[in-house]
Amino acid sequence: MNSLIPIDMVILLAAILFVMGIAGVVIRKNIIFMLLSVEIMLNASALAFIAAGAKWGQPEGQVMFIFILVMAAAEVSIGLALILQIYHQHKSLDIDILKEMKG
Amino acid sequence: MEVGFYITAGVTIISTLLVITRHNPVHALLYLIISLLSLAIIFFLLGAPFAALLEVIIYAGAIMVLFIFVVMLLNLGQQTAQQEKAWLKGKVWIGPAILSTILFGQLFYLLPVAQMQAEMPAVDAKVVAISLFKHYVIGVEMAAMLLMAGVVGAAHIGQHKKVVLHRFLREGEEQL
Amino acid sequence: MDNLLWLIPGFPLVGFLILTLAGKNMSRLARGLTGAGSICLSAIVVLIVGWNFLINPPAAGNYTQTLWTWFEIANFKPTITLYLDGLSLVFVFVITFIAALIHIYSIAFMAEEADDARFFASMNLFVFCMLILVLASNLLLLYLGWEGVGLCSYLLIGFWYQKSENGYAARKAFIITRVGDTAMAIGLFILVYQFGTLDIVAISHSAPEMWQAGSKIATLCALLLLAGGLGKSAQLPLQTWLPDAMAGPSPVSALIHAATMVTAGVYLIARMHVIFQLSPVTQMIIAIIGAATLIIAGLSAIVQYDIKRVLAYSTMSQIGYMFLALGVGAWSAAVFHFMIHAFFKALLFLAAGAIIEALHHEHNMFKMGGLKKSLPVIFWTFLIGSASLAALPLITAGFYSKDQILWYSWASDGGSPLLWFTALLGAFITAAYTTRMMLITFWGEAKTHLGMRPGKLMTIPLLILAVFSLVAGFIELPHNFGHVQLFSEITEKVLPGTNIRAAVSGEFIYQIIAVLTTLAGIYTAYILYYRKPMIIINLKHSKSALGLYQFLLSGWRFDKLYDTVFVRPIVYLANLNKDDVIDKFYQGITWLTGRAYRALSFTQSGSLRWYVMGLLIGAIFILTIQIIL
Repeated sequence: MNSLIPIDMVILLAAILFVMGIAGVVIRKNIIFMLLSVEIMLNASALAFIAAGAKWGQPEGQVMFIFILVMAAAEVSIGLALILQIYHQHKSLDIDILKEMKG
Repeated sequence: MEVGFYITAGVTIISTLLVITRHNPVHALLYLIISLLSLAIIFFLLGAPFAALLEVIIYAGAIMVLFIFVVMLLNLGQQTAQQEKAWLKGKVWIGPAILSTILFGQLFYLLPVAQMQAEMPAVDAKVVAISLFKHYVIGVEMAAMLLMAGVVGAAHIGQHKKVVLHRFLREGEEQL
Repeated sequence: MDNLLWLIPGFPLVGFLILTLAGKNMSRLARGLTGAGSICLSAIVVLIVGWNFLINPPAAGNYTQTLWTWFEIANFKPTITLYLDGLSLVFVFVITFIAALIHIYSIAFMAEEADDARFFASMNLFVFCMLILVLASNLLLLYLGWEGVGLCSYLLIGFWYQKSENGYAARKAFIITRVGDTAMAIGLFILVYQFGTLDIVAISHSAPEMWQAGSKIATLCALLLLAGGLGKSAQLPLQTWLPDAMAGPSPVSALIHAATMVTAGVYLIARMHVIFQLSPVTQMIIAIIGAATLIIAGLSAIVQYDIKRVLAYSTMSQIGYMFLALGVGAWSAAVFHFMIHAFFKALLFLAAGAIIEALHHEHNMFKMGGLKKSLPVIFWTFLIGSASLAALPLITAGFYSKDQILWYSWASDGGSPLLWFTALLGAFITAAYTTRMMLITFWGEAKTHLGMRPGKLMTIPLLILAVFSLVAGFIELPHNFGHVQLFSEITEKVLPGTNIRAAVSGEFIYQIIAVLTTLAGIYTAYILYYRKPMIIINLKHSKSALGLYQFLLSGWRFDKLYDTVFVRPIVYLANLNKDDVIDKFYQGITWLTGRAYRALSFTQSGSLRWYVMGLLIGAIFILTIQIIL
């Protein structure tokens, strides 16, 4: 399948998604939403890789995508486990009450 | 083809925007799934059908299901949505939103403006698989290990232990 | 015979090692025997080697034994080589012989002391270092012994370190001699630079060819070496440590004053005479320093009340004589006087130590008195020692050695009437203060109750030294009176003979004058301190006399002078810099860092959102830089 999609626009889309993800991380106070936003950011970078791979017609972009996918899977499983624990310990998902690392 | 891209791109942006603004976690998750599905279409359009498949199966299928499970386990419902509404006040999000906009502006400025209209051949699953298991076999092994560690770690962390409190705080706990 | 040479310093070193490593586990007797025995064995080896040296003189005029190469840097290759010729033989003999007697005496003297292992170990090390000093074939090895002697003097002067004054005295001795040592080290550097070697024989051979007589470089070298000698030998202007060095136990004083340490300077100058001969200016300076020191120290000695301080000043004065002799080119006479002085000064110190011990550690002569009857052996030996110090004519050894110096200070090439007159005045003063010391200590009525009496172990070394103080002079008699030259036969092979000015004659007349001066000194003291003590008492009422008394008592206020000129400015500067001016800069950095830390620590809020914001701002910052650049 041949495509004539402008790569600039794809990269721009990746940038928009990434910034949205980062905005989500910063804006939301709920940990689950923050984790979702991190997923968005990961997706954005994956999109950038795919676009680059497509531009040069190389498989490396998709290889990197697979690695990102693996990493995201591992990260989500650990992250969600942590969220469960946090909820059990603190009965809240508010990130602002978890300030035990205050220096 | 190009029109299709713009439409899916629009869907992606809107659904993602809704993900980060919804109060109800289940709604947000559903929007995220939409965002992922439209992204999968973009992958497909970019000539990466294998990646598009994985996006749908693993991301939208497996990972999001994990999220749903957690939302269910924690019983996040209407009450959480109310709380989110209370948390998401103007002064909380306006600053970060401005900063993010600035970042986007800079990225936009820095992105190369290329005259990309060249033909893009599809990179099918076979090529990707050859590349993965030939050049990047070590990466694959390490990814496997990472997943293993993820599984073990999740199993360990997710154990439902008793509430761990410092001994000084136990008396207070009993009073509760 | 020369293979035995290494045993001479070897025995004291072994003794030192045994006492240091195992001293605590040995019995008191074993410690004493090890300490004294090692030196005695060394002395026996010296006698054997020396006998052979004199009976069958080696063809080369010396025994040389190379033990090993010390280290090698390019062409500079100092070896551990022992070198024995006539000059070293005299020194080695005196050092081991007198040190052996002092060690034997110390067994009794230190019998009550708790830490005698440390004492004997330090004493053995002291003797070892001094032997290395005089046996060294190159100046680097000599310097090793030289510094070792300095270290040991520190250890021994501060032996009773529980009293802070003693520690002060030890530090003073160490630091003041260090001034001289530094100059000497610089001198050695110049020698290495010039000759590429520090071998004494090699330098002595090539120096006259390389340097012209009176050249600047020769004078510089000679002056730097002289400074080292001045420090160790307690001559003007580095003499102030010696009186305070009396803080150590009496055997230590005896060892420092008689056999080791203070004579190192004399040895150095005699050993390096070639360089000093190339610099007539330095020779003259040596003579003047010697003359000045002997007068200054003599005058100080005459008012002291501490018996050991009298002896200390007399040592300075006698070493002044040696320097005078060295300065006028009477090398042999200087070494001869060194030997005789070693005998009677060791005797005097050991006897004084016995007196002090007997009188419950009383140092003040004016609280002694009347010891003639109660301590007869000490009295007679002390009398002999004093007579030798005062150079009582004909019967004492001191007379023969000092007379030589007096004669050469007039008659030799470098001599002059002024030097002669100074030396004569010194002889008068010496006789006077010696007589005063005798009269106050032994005559009159007893003022302090007598404690323990010295045992045989203490008196026998005294008797042996007394005999030597009398008869040792007969091996070298003036040529118009017996003409025996056993001593200078040994030394003349090493040291150049003394040139007599052509114009002078009438040695006999000068000898008579010297004799009369000595007798006059004794008589004066006898009148002032025994017959008519009222004169002195009356004098003490006059203000100027009292001022003069104080002035002399403090050793011409040299301590105060140095305190004002050197110590105070340095202490002032140190005080100014107490908080370390340069440190201020670094303290500023610390302060700034602390402030910045406080300012930044609020960012460590523990809030994850803030951290992400930080990341975001960081990313924006970096991108901004990229855009701008």
